[in-house]
Amino acid sequence: MSFTHHEFWTLIHGMVLGAVFLLGFAGGLEGLWSLRPHLMTPEGIRGRALRLKIGVTAMAVAAWGTVLTGTWIVYPWYREDVPDSPRSVLLADPATAQWHHFGMEWKEHVAWLSPILATTVAFIVLYYGAGLIRHERLRKTTLALFVLAFAFAAVAGLFGALITKTAPLL
Amino acid sequence: MAPNTNPAAPVPELGEAADRPEGPVAAAILAAGVGAFALGVLTTLAEASEPIKEFLNLYDPVGPLSGKTTGAVIIWLVAWAVLHLIYRNKPVESRLALTVSLVLIGLGVIGTFPVFFQAFAPAE
Repeated sequence: MSFTHHEFWTLIHGMVLGAVFLLGFAGGLEGLWSLRPHLMTPEGIRGRALRLKIGVTAMAVAAWGTVLTGTWIVYPWYREDVPDSPRSVLLADPATAQWHHFGMEWKEHVAWLSPILATTVAFIVLYYGAGLIRHERLRKTTLALFVLAFAFAAVAGLFGALITKTAPLL
Repeated sequence: MAPNTNPAAPVPELGEAADRPEGPVAAAILAAGVGAFALGVLTTLAEASEPIKEFLNLYDPVGPLSGKTTGAVIIWLVAWAVLHLIYRNKPVESRLALTVSLVLIGLGVIGTFPVFFQAFAPAE
C-alpha cells in the first residue's frame, strides 16, 4: 500500500486539513450554542471558554491550511495541460465537463470564504473569551458566521470529493 | 453548585474581557464581508476582461486563481486593519456590521458562482 506524491498531498488537503475543519464544526457549534449563563456553572464557563478558544483557532488554522494546500499545491496538478490531468479528463467528455465548469470553478473560489469567516469567528472568541456569555446577540452573530464558514467549506469539500471520484488525481 | 441563572450578574470568571468595546468585533465582521465581496468582484472581473485575467495570473501553474485569492486576502486584511483603527475604542453595536457583512458575503458568493461570472465571459 503506497501513495503517489499527488495522492499524498490530496490526502493532506482534503482528508486531514479539510476533515479537521469539517469534523471540528460539530464541537465548535455545540460550544458556541451552549455558552449561555443558564446552562453553565461559573467553573464550567472558564473551561468551556478555553476549549472554545483552542477549538476555533485550530479550525481557522485548518481552514487556511486547506485552501493554501489546495490552491498552491494540488490545484496546479489538477489543471496541468496534459491529457491525463483531472481537468483534461473531465473536459474530454461532455458528460463530465460540468464537473469542471461548475463544480471545480465554484469550489476553487467559494472555499476561500471559509478561512476568512473562520478567522473572524476565532477573533471574536479570543477577544471576548468567557465574556462572550454576556453578549447574547454577539454570540448569535458568531454562530451565524461559524455556520457560514462551515457551509462554504462543505460545498468545497463535497465538490472536491465528487470530482476526485470522477477524475482522481494520480 | 447552582448554575448561574442571571445573564446580567457579574461573573468573576469572565474577567475584564466581557466589558471590552464591541468596535473591534464590528470591524472584523465588516472586513470579512469586504474580503468576500472582493473575491466575488475579482472572480467576475477576471472572467470579463482578458487583461485583468492576465494581471491576476501571479503564478502560471495556479493561473488567475493565484491573483484573485491573494488580492481578496490582501483587501480583507487591509480593510480589517483600517476598520480596526477606526472602531477600536468605539462601543458600536455589531448588529449593523453583521447586516452589511451578510449582504457583502451574499454578493461575494454570487460573484464566485460559475453561472453568474461565466455570463461575463467574452463571446468566443
